[in-house]
Amino acid sequence: MTMQTFLTLDLMPMLSGLLAAVTCGLLGNFLVLRRLSLMGDAISHAVLPGIVLAFLLTASRAPLPVFLGATASGLLTVGLVELIRRVGRVEPGAAMGVVFSVLFALGVFIMARGGAESVDLDPGCVLYGTLETLAWTGPPETLGELFSLQVLGGLPRPIWVQSVTLIVVVIFVVTLFKELGIAAFDAQSAAAQGISPTLMHYLLMSVVAGAAVASFEAVGSILVIAMLICPAATARMLTDRLRSQVIVSAIVAVATGGLGYTLAVFVPLGLGWRFTPSVAGMMTVVAGAFVALSIVFSPTRGMVARKVRTRRLARRVALEDLLARLFRAEEEGAPALASADLSRASRGSHPAGLERAAKSGLVSIEGSLASLTDAGRAAAAAIVRRHRLWEGYLVDRAGLSPDHVHEPAELLEHLSLETELPIPDAGADPHGKPIP
Amino acid sequence: MIESSEPTRFMSDLVETLALPVRELHLVFFGGAHNTSYVIIAAALLGVAAGLVGCFALLRKQSLMSDALSHATMPGLVSAFLIADAIGGSAKSIVVLLLGAAVSGVLGVLGVHWIVRNSRLREDAAIGIVLSVFFGAGIVLLNYATKHASTPAAGLNHFIYGQTAAMTRPDAITMLAITLVAVVACVALMKELTLVCFNDAFASVSGWPVRRIDLSLMGLIVLVTVAGLQAVGIILIVALIVIPAAAARFWTNRLPTMLAVSAGIGGLSGYCGASLSAVSPKSPAGSVIVLTAGALFVFSMLFAPARGLLPELVRRLRVKLRFAVDHALEHLALTADQSIRARPLPIGRAMRRFLHTKNLISLSDGSVQLTPNGLARGRRVARNHRLWTQYLVQYADIAPSHVDWSVDQVEHILSPELVAELEAAIAEPPTNPPPTQSGVSS
Amino acid sequence: MNPSASADATTSALVSRPEHSVDSPLAVHAMTVAYHRKPVLWDVDYDATAASLTAIVGPNGAGKSTFVKACLGLVPRATGTVEFWGQPFRAVRDRVGYMPQRESVDWDFPVSALDVVCMGRYRKVGWFRRVSRAHRMAAMSALERVGMADYASRQISQLSGGQQQRVFLARALTQEAELYFMDEPFAGVDASTERAILEVLREIRDSGRTVICVHHDLLTVAEYFDRVILLNMRVVAAGATSETLTDDNLHRTYGGRLTLLSEASEQLARSGQRQP
Repeated sequence: MTMQTFLTLDLMPMLSGLLAAVTCGLLGNFLVLRRLSLMGDAISHAVLPGIVLAFLLTASRAPLPVFLGATASGLLTVGLVELIRRVGRVEPGAAMGVVFSVLFALGVFIMARGGAESVDLDPGCVLYGTLETLAWTGPPETLGELFSLQVLGGLPRPIWVQSVTLIVVVIFVVTLFKELGIAAFDAQSAAAQGISPTLMHYLLMSVVAGAAVASFEAVGSILVIAMLICPAATARMLTDRLRSQVIVSAIVAVATGGLGYTLAVFVPLGLGWRFTPSVAGMMTVVAGAFVALSIVFSPTRGMVARKVRTRRLARRVALEDLLARLFRAEEEGAPALASADLSRASRGSHPAGLERAAKSGLVSIEGSLASLTDAGRAAAAAIVRRHRLWEGYLVDRAGLSPDHVHEPAELLEHLSLETELPIPDAGADPHGKPIP
Repeated sequence: MIESSEPTRFMSDLVETLALPVRELHLVFFGGAHNTSYVIIAAALLGVAAGLVGCFALLRKQSLMSDALSHATMPGLVSAFLIADAIGGSAKSIVVLLLGAAVSGVLGVLGVHWIVRNSRLREDAAIGIVLSVFFGAGIVLLNYATKHASTPAAGLNHFIYGQTAAMTRPDAITMLAITLVAVVACVALMKELTLVCFNDAFASVSGWPVRRIDLSLMGLIVLVTVAGLQAVGIILIVALIVIPAAAARFWTNRLPTMLAVSAGIGGLSGYCGASLSAVSPKSPAGSVIVLTAGALFVFSMLFAPARGLLPELVRRLRVKLRFAVDHALEHLALTADQSIRARPLPIGRAMRRFLHTKNLISLSDGSVQLTPNGLARGRRVARNHRLWTQYLVQYADIAPSHVDWSVDQVEHILSPELVAELEAAIAEPPTNPPPTQSGVSS
Repeated sequence: MNPSASADATTSALVSRPEHSVDSPLAVHAMTVAYHRKPVLWDVDYDATAASLTAIVGPNGAGKSTFVKACLGLVPRATGTVEFWGQPFRAVRDRVGYMPQRESVDWDFPVSALDVVCMGRYRKVGWFRRVSRAHRMAAMSALERVGMADYASRQISQLSGGQQQRVFLARALTQEAELYFMDEPFAGVDASTERAILEVLREIRDSGRTVICVHHDLLTVAEYFDRVILLNMRVVAAGATSETLTDDNLHRTYGGRLTLLSEASEQLARSGQRQP
């Protein structure tokens, strides 16, 4: 593959996919946070009749009428959903379902009956776009020529539309970041501060509609939906703050676009496959893969991380229980316990607890007997102390009866709280044991 | 496209097609009917099944789950095609394709549940993710199938938007069989589904397996979705589940009626849509069926007597008018009864004319006088007004829907004992004014 | 309440069901409940008295509803056991009735008051079968008992809050249970409904059956109920209303949050650890 073919055939589709991904990905953050993901779905379906009608009425593909028509039908969707939900007392999910499916059906119907020839849109490209056909007919010979007016003028029209949209979206998100954030988090407090949630809602929805339209022609409705939801969802799994979520979602969107295009075009080319997957389809799959990966592997919220944390905690609990047991035995005058008993008593899933305790120098094993080392004794004393303080607290403050506090204390002793536990009124635990 | 030169021909074709299944109904059972008849009947029954299942999906707030489900059928559909093609089976066998579709549809639903359970993402995001990603994967598989399968894969495209014209008789019969199962199951499980949709905690405490009943609802949605893939298509089948149910809700407050109306709307959409699409194969059946359903929805939302917008508006205006009339009559009666000193009449010319046409007042040379009818009504209003106020003071628990009840109906709302009690509480019961009075003439 | 009448009722209940005579209708032992992994009830012990009218009282977020739901298996228990007449809930389901909070359902649901009451009979009707005339009559008489017979065919959204509450009570009545759990039966009702509901509850008790109510109004506890459970993350006190409803106990229930215990709950929730 030469540089020239790359510039002619690949750069524009790739750029278009990336622009669509980032534009939708940025806006998606606010949809996902406000639980309006499916509104993005609805809008990206419902812009179709607007596009088709604008094509038919103006008999051209001039961007402005098409853009306005489609944005209008996107906003019409939002308004109709609101009307059906409020006045018709229909549940919001169903209201969305009614509106977008009817509008989409209308678009498909007009397209199929009326003007497929004049519109040169077909039902297939509505769904997965026409990325592959975007070619750059006049790419520059050298890098220096890149910024000449003539070369830029030769860029395909969708690229222009998408670039302008991206700029508008970035400006929108940056300038209204605070307002969008508070309206998404707490509409009432937003209203109290003079930020009308309704206004923000419609503002956001019109920008979403605009972004959907701009991306629609190139990448199709399915990728628009995927990009409105998936990068934001991925970012939400990876970060806890809105600002970083927006940034991460943009990065994820870029990665999705790039990797999707690579898998759809370069990989099959390199491997000599006969079939070339749809770029939009492949990008969608990649977007989904990112979501799945983030759910499984997110360092803070992922399934694996949670599992590891739980395991580590369970291990610590088992170890602490073991030390406490040895400590209590010492109190009762038995300086060592049979290690076989200890292993059996520790939680079934962690039979290796005793060896690990020995390895970390908390327990010494001699023959078949285990006893606390000095370090182990200090650690055990701290645990037993917490246990007995909790027992005292539960009796003194919570008013539980003394024969009921052992079980809860077994759980509570493993927590490390910021607040200091008070010394029980009696100076000893409810069973009369001293506090170490 | 409708040839503009032949609109009449199109119309007559359409009418003929619409009538075809009815004319051939006797043949349908013995196998002599046209394909079209089977297809139209199957589409109608699909609408009925979707209408029934849709009611429960709507009431369980699961409407959009069916959207995720239908989009998720795409990869399974193509995979089934590829597998059947690879092992040399008949790759176009509708049963194989639909089986594949059902499996991946169920996987899609499980995917939504998996995301909701294992992440902080909400159900709406999960549905959006599953529907777009599964569908995207389906498209990629379809690209592969188009290039690599030995059987031409072009027919699979029809599953996206639905194409009744391409359906064969076995296709229609398969569809008919699946929808029949769905209808029967839905009717059989009506009581259980109602209970779980209304109050799942109560159902669970009284011993119903809520999870299994939910699963069977999901199973019913799967059946309807899969059955509708060929006729309505992946993208729009959700409409057939959502729209009839939402439209039916406008007509009634009773579930059995709602089910019947929803089934009717679904059936009608299926029937008309499939007929229209059969006449002009260029219009995708799915969109025609959905547009029919959408038109019925709009009609229901505007005109349905129980909860439609216009009847509601008329009811409100009527109540408003009645209030205005009552108010005017009350004032006139109080003036006439000398309970308050004569004041300028608070009624405009239009109201005066209206009262006159209703024979509640008589107009003689500019002065307004109550007829006996008008006087009686005015007094009743005055009395009820006090009763009502008294009631509100004592018992402030009113149903929201009762607020716009006319004061005329106080007696119907309150028990007779309560009315007696309230009357006693009113210091000066205005019940026995003298029968005739000056200023009143007939 | 007339103590001798209640004693008689108890005896008759015992005579009619000798096989369970030794067991209390509800015995909760060492029950800890976590909601979304956050413990809300710590180590609850409770023994219900047969043929009593018991109120569960405590501040917001004390775990009153959770207590009921955990007993009925609607919320999983982390530890502890719950037995009804010495048996697990599964075995005696038909003898336990439940009236959920009014807010827990969508009152715009397309069913009539009678339909809702019939739901109390569904279990007796069984899978797939229609509700028979006999069941419908039973539902109707339950509606009559709560003074709602005239509203049987009305759609439930057209009922006032008090009327909706009565419909729920009627549904519980048709379950013909021996032990009832009711979640805030007096919430948001008018004075006459409150009287009517109380009367029905007393009838239930006087026939030897047991009612346990989540109750939010401290002022009426002593008048309405003969036994009370004071709950705030743990059982503060339980017993006869006259003895239990003391200033000291109320102070311990409502005063002073258990900050350390709340902090511990938060941390347990964050740690993501399932309860042992």
